[in-house]
Amino acid sequence: MKNNLIKATLAFSVIAFFGACKPKTASDAVTGNAAQKVYVAPGEHDEFYSFTSGGFSGQVSVYGIPSGRLLKVLPVFSQDPETGYGYGEDTKPMLNTSHGFVPWGDQHHLAVSQTNGEYDGRWLFANENNTPRVARLDLTTFTTTEIIEIPNSAGNHSSPFVTDNTEYVVAGTRFSVPFEDVNGDIPISTYAENFSGAITFIKVDPETGKMGIDFQLKTPPVNYDLSRTGKGASSGWFFFSTYNTEKAHTLLEVNASQNDKDFILAVNWKKISEMVKEGKGRKVKAKYAHNVYDHNSHSATSTILDEVHVLDIEDLEGVAYYIPCPKSPHGADVDPSGEYIVGSGKLASLIPVFSFSKMMKAIEEKKFDGDFDGIPVLNYETVLHGEVQKPGLGPLHTEFDANGNAYTSFFVSSEVVKWNVKTLEVVDRQPTYYSTGHLTVAGGNTKNPYGKYLVAWNKITKDRYLPTGPELAQSAQLFDITGEKMELLLDFPTIGEPHYAQIVPASLIVDKQKRIYDINANTHKHVVKNEDDTRVVRNGNRVDVYMTLIRTHITPDNIEGIRMGDEVYFHITNLEQDWDLPHGFAVMGNNNSEVLILPGETRTMKWVPTKVGIIPMYCTDFCSALHQEMQGYIRVSPAGSNTPLRYGTGDKAPKAE
Amino acid sequence: MKTAKTSLHPITRIVVGIAGAVMFIALFVPIWQIQLTAPQYPEGLELFIHADKLSGDVQIINGLNNYIGMKEINEKDFIEFSVLPYIIVALGLIGLLTAAVNRRGLYLFWVIFFALFGIVTIIRFYLWLYDYGHNLDPTAPIQVPGMSYQPPMLGYKQLLNFGAYSIPAIGGWAMFAAVGLAIWGLILEFKFKKK
Repeated sequence: MKNNLIKATLAFSVIAFFGACKPKTASDAVTGNAAQKVYVAPGEHDEFYSFTSGGFSGQVSVYGIPSGRLLKVLPVFSQDPETGYGYGEDTKPMLNTSHGFVPWGDQHHLAVSQTNGEYDGRWLFANENNTPRVARLDLTTFTTTEIIEIPNSAGNHSSPFVTDNTEYVVAGTRFSVPFEDVNGDIPISTYAENFSGAITFIKVDPETGKMGIDFQLKTPPVNYDLSRTGKGASSGWFFFSTYNTEKAHTLLEVNASQNDKDFILAVNWKKISEMVKEGKGRKVKAKYAHNVYDHNSHSATSTILDEVHVLDIEDLEGVAYYIPCPKSPHGADVDPSGEYIVGSGKLASLIPVFSFSKMMKAIEEKKFDGDFDGIPVLNYETVLHGEVQKPGLGPLHTEFDANGNAYTSFFVSSEVVKWNVKTLEVVDRQPTYYSTGHLTVAGGNTKNPYGKYLVAWNKITKDRYLPTGPELAQSAQLFDITGEKMELLLDFPTIGEPHYAQIVPASLIVDKQKRIYDINANTHKHVVKNEDDTRVVRNGNRVDVYMTLIRTHITPDNIEGIRMGDEVYFHITNLEQDWDLPHGFAVMGNNNSEVLILPGETRTMKWVPTKVGIIPMYCTDFCSALHQEMQGYIRVSPAGSNTPLRYGTGDKAPKAE
Repeated sequence: MKTAKTSLHPITRIVVGIAGAVMFIALFVPIWQIQLTAPQYPEGLELFIHADKLSGDVQIINGLNNYIGMKEINEKDFIEFSVLPYIIVALGLIGLLTAAVNRRGLYLFWVIFFALFGIVTIIRFYLWLYDYGHNLDPTAPIQVPGMSYQPPMLGYKQLLNFGAYSIPAIGGWAMFAAVGLAIWGLILEFKFKKK
């Protein structure tokens, strides 16, 4: 009996002991004063803006750091029925492409414009991964102001990345495809012979920000993943991670993971830009759209361009070199000094760090290991600064602080690892929840990082927040990186799927913000600046309604004489000039979304009447104490009827005959 | 021949000169201001009255007043704006002139002119504020029986969700300074006379 009791007690103790040895949970990882560090009191503002990519939502989201609060979702590549972006006549041209109107996009990466290697807060560039495009957002209005399509590309992943003075926005293709001037109707298995990679350099006008493709580099058929500009010592160069040097076209999971080393492509864009000016290269016929939105005319125009300037990279001397990099690299990141280039090989067990000065020396001394399709391959050891050993599993992407530290994201081992760039020693590692993809350090891709905060953008959410059915929002963690060890502060869900972000001090942007659009600067084709100028005009089956909105009435709010078979265009001007006073507009049963009109703006909304009778219209955005009274009626008569066209508000409303 | 009786106390002379000069300030900067606060206007609203115009958030204030039936504030409706600059210039010049010619008569004329100007202005301002706050559009959306919205002439008053502060602006302070100087000069004059 005693023996059994002893056994039982022993067994119980063993079980209890192992039970108590459960690994630390997330709540244990956060220290006491984390809450204070992320609490932004009511009425106070966050310190930083985080412009965060929306991934498969197609939009860009704006978060406040350190509170992690969602400030706004900016429509870029997907239609937005809330504002009418991509639905209203003025913004539909923004989503035009050489394939026609595309209502959705896959938004991966973002780049804030730079001057002298630092953020200048003028524009935000965003890429579209599916139908290759680059967008430019105006940071005085937080709106998409220009979109340019990229020809000869497919899967615009290695994009957008700016040169250190925003001379160019660079876009590399993910999928190599046949260029548009060759017959594309060829067997897929001829990938290695007939497909080409494209790296596009989009020139940015320093005054207006207007984009135009200056030239494209036609390269061997590999996949481009990410890239970074050189800075400081390496200014004038650009570094692209490439993978699938195996030139596989099927089952890339296996076939593109065979080679021990792929490459980082180093390109001297400054020299190539001069070659282009001297006339090098050729014109290639390719169709692509260029869409521009003007904030004075409040409308977009879309132009289809038909040729692009191309240079074959193997024909160029001394401007392109391959640096061998293990193994299917994702990130190619340049440290703040511009001297160190970090390659993050998704399948590698180490992080190679290359030295720019060694690279230049190797080029001078011609320390090549043969070539790859005509481009010299530098000798790995000669250009290597060193390798970070056993950092983690699956390194993806690296950013930097101002103290010589690098922060690398590890997808497979689900952690962020901090290491010293010079000594290559691991300083700290912190788990992420779960499987971080990219991370962002405030200013972490510039010459002078702000540091202070790091956000890990994760791919797996599982149990981090209250569940919301099978589909869960992506998770993000905010870390304090001011100390030796990284400190987890906050965990917050995000919209879409953030692939990357740019964290910018609010002070760089707040003072430049517009609060209204000046009605006197409005040059929209159908603007009405005075209630007396409102009118309804018929041209055959087309009816144009020139309308104004101001608290708290619609002019005209009674419209008669519309017929079945008409196409009605409402041109609506918001006459307000006060802060935060948008009006919305909707018509019952419209096969279209509403339009949201900001003070001083004009918006055109199309409506095709579907029924005979009385159709109400109203303001959809709560604008004043009498918002519920901001409404009107439209009388729709049968096709061919001769109901007279009459309109007005109040005393001017049509009276009964 | 200037006698002691028709000339001014030396300090009075300086004082009237300064008062005259200071009047000119009111030509270039606002004279009066109405500062408005409301829960939904953390940034505040303001209205500035100059010698010859209005500035500040006039349009926004007009848009809001629409609800309770107050008339729109329009520069054109104020005859003051065409006349005021001349009066101010006149007061300024006469002040300076008085200091130059050192004549008591002119000084007294100046003081009386200034006083009349002040009284007329205050009365006109009050009447305008009364009409503005009481003469309401009968079809206004928001109607509270018996309610009026007369803005304060000086100081603070709550008007529905708005708090209104009516206070001098720089030009107004300059004119008050001139008034103060005028009074001081007057006191000195009478004291001097007694001597």
